[in-house]
Parts: sequence; structure tokens; C-alpha cells
Amino acid sequence: MGKPSLIGITRATLLKDLRLEWRSKDAINSMLFFALLVVVIFSFSFDPTAEESRRIAGGLVWVSFLFAAVVALNQTWARELRNQVLDAYRVSPAPANSLFMAKSVGNFVFVAVLEALMTPLFIVFYNLRAAGPAYQLLIVAVLGTWALVVNGTFFAAISLRTRSREIMLPLLLFPISIPALLAMVEATSSILTGEFSARFWIVLLVAYDVVFTMASLFLFELVLHAE
Amino acid sequence: MKRAFPILAVLTVALLCYGLYQALWVAPTEKTMGDVQRIFYYHVPSAWTAGVLFLVNFLASIAYLMSRNPKADALAVAAAEVGVVFCTIVLVTGPIWARPVWGIWWTWDLRLTLTLVLWLIYVSYLLLRRFSTSGQTPVMAAVLAIFGTLDIPLVYFSIWFFRTQHPQPVIGGGGSIDPRMLHAFFVNLIAFTCFGALICWARYRLEVLRREVEETQALESLLEPRSAR
Repeated sequence: MGKPSLIGITRATLLKDLRLEWRSKDAINSMLFFALLVVVIFSFSFDPTAEESRRIAGGLVWVSFLFAAVVALNQTWARELRNQVLDAYRVSPAPANSLFMAKSVGNFVFVAVLEALMTPLFIVFYNLRAAGPAYQLLIVAVLGTWALVVNGTFFAAISLRTRSREIMLPLLLFPISIPALLAMVEATSSILTGEFSARFWIVLLVAYDVVFTMASLFLFELVLHAE
Repeated sequence: MKRAFPILAVLTVALLCYGLYQALWVAPTEKTMGDVQRIFYYHVPSAWTAGVLFLVNFLASIAYLMSRNPKADALAVAAAEVGVVFCTIVLVTGPIWARPVWGIWWTWDLRLTLTLVLWLIYVSYLLLRRFSTSGQTPVMAAVLAIFGTLDIPLVYFSIWFFRTQHPQPVIGGGGSIDPRMLHAFFVNLIAFTCFGALICWARYRLEVLRREVEETQALESLLEPRSAR
């Protein structure tokens, strides 16, 4: 047997997480229902007209996705505490970064599925139609989701070793994510209203993704082995 | 080194008194804003001190990750805590000035928002330290400090672009500044830098002593198991 490659370990861990999720559907069910509740509550509390809703939809969509993503992110590492799986990871010779990438990509898939299912609902409830180039929404969604997920996975590993860890994750994640969130919301709003170009925000999201992906890969080993 | 502490303390008190005198009596009253402008002699030096302390926190965090020296971590805690206090002073004195001059307490201007986000990041840093249960709190905190510092340029550019799309209030205008005003400002800038260094130093020594006490207590309970009975 040859030494398993970095990609091989990442894929094996990712497939294991996806299979677990496929069988239990814990994360996706709780995220979906949570996001649905947020949409309905926002809809009641603002009761916007079509013109207003186009302006505020960017904020509503991303805030609900952010809240829902926290639900899934909290389960990422907590799931591995049962039966000391995380300790097994620590003593195994598998590189820490392949574990981190597998977890991040797994969370990315979960949040992307959530977004794909929730977007039609937003369009129906808020009567949305893009006045700008709609294909850019897809770019913003991919970059924005990665920005949330890569930092979220990292901070979930940090908050694992704190009291009341479920509340600690958003406390760490939200302040750092402010520029990414601002970029997602503004990019989405400018595409929906068609008044401004979203190019700057997309560039900013790319920069955010690159900076924090590099930083996470660089520092994750420290966090995993700190005990 | 320990002898330098009282010297710094005396110097700081003298500078703060002199700075207060300069700011309240010597510096002339500003023409359009009136006396409320004098808050700047405290507002800007506090912002400067907070910025320096956050930089110290970042450097101490990196030093800790590289050397694992507990003193570097103690310095990081001290700098972050005192920095948050000075940053709070900035956030409180700002609106006191803004209300009579701009007519509003708060606006999402570049500098205001950046200060607020900085404050949020470092409060979350202190919360993490507070809630952490493992013995590896310093590592987690140092990692978070690095993330926070990486975030600052991104926050800056995002708000800069966010605000250039919308109208923004103009801070100050052209015109010349009275040299006495500049003098009062720089005296206070130096005084506040000393003040920040002094408090940070005291907090650092407290942290080092607290850890020594904890270690000694742990050691004593190991050495004399009978006394616990």
C-alpha cells in the first residue's frame, strides 16, 4: 500500500462527512427550517413593497444564510467529539490541512444546497427580479459562501474548547466577517437594483477568500493540536 | 527595569496635568465649533494609543506563537484589554463632539465604522480568552489576534468603497491651525501614549504575578497533600 496522498485523505474525509449527513440529514434539516423561519419573520416585520424589497433583499438573503450557516458550522467539529474521533485525527499521521479542507468543502456543500433551496422561496416571497447582470449573482454566491464557510470552520475548531461553544462561534465569526458580509450584501443589492457595478465587491470577496484561506491553512495545525 | 515604573508614573502624571492645562486654558477656542472642539485633545490621543496597543497585541501574539514564552502572552492580554478601554473612550468622546457639530450622534463614516469594527474584534478576542477552558487559551487567542489584524485592511477598503457611493460628512476644512492648538495636541498625544504604556505595564505585571501565584499554589498542593485534609 502506498502512502495516501493529501487529496486522497481530503476526499475520504469529505465523502465520510457527506455520507453521514446524507443518512442523518441533521445539519441540512435544521438549517433549512431555521432559514425558513428567518425569511418568514423578516417578511412580517418589514412588509416591503416590490421596489423596497429589491433594495433590502441583499441584506435579508445574506443575513438569513449567515444565521443558518452557523447552525451547520457548530455541528462540524462537535460531531467528531463523540467516541474521541478528534483525538484519533490528532494522533493519525494525516496532515491537518487535508482535514480542514474536507470540513470546509463539506460545509460549503451544505450551505450551497441550502442556498439553492432557499433562493426560489426568496424570489416568491419578495417578488425579486434582477435589474443588473444576473450571472454575477452566482459568482457572488460562490465567493461569499466560501468566505463564510472557511472562517466558520476555522472558528468552530477554536470555539470547540470553550464553555458554551454554541454561542462562542457567532461571537468570533461575525466581527471578522463584517467586510465579507458587507461585500456580499452590497454586491447583491447592486446587481438586483442594477444601479451600480458589483465589480469592486467581487474583487474584495476574492481578496478576502484568498487571505483567510491562506491564513487558515497556515494556522490550522496549531489549533488542531492545541489541547 | 522595576525602578523605571515609578519614573514613568511620575512623568505621566506631570504630562497629563500639563496637557490638561494646555488643552483647557492655553489653547484658543475654536471659531466655529467653540469649546466642544477641545475634546479633540483627548479623543485623537486615545485613538492613537488604542492603535499602538492593538499593534503591540499583534506583535506579542506572533512572538508567543514563535517562542511560546508566557510573558509574550501576558503582554498580549494586557495590550488588548487596555486597548479596548482606550478604544471605548474614543467611541464615547466621538459622539459627544459630533452631536453639537454635525447635529448627529453617529454616522457610518469610514473612521467611525473602522473604530467600531476594531472594538468588536478585540472584544471578541477578550471573550474568547474569558470563555476558553483548555490550557491552550494563549494559542487560540494568538491565532485570533492574527486573524483580526489580517481583517483590518479588508474592513478599511470595504467601508471606504461603501461610503464613496454615498454622501459623507466632511471632517474639518481648510484653514490654518493656531500653533498653541498644535502644541496642546502634541503634549496630550505624548501624555496619553505614556498613560497607555503605564497602564499596560501595570496590567502586564499583574498578569505575570497572577500566573506565578497560580503556579505556586498548584505546586504547593502537590508537595503537601496532607495539608489539604
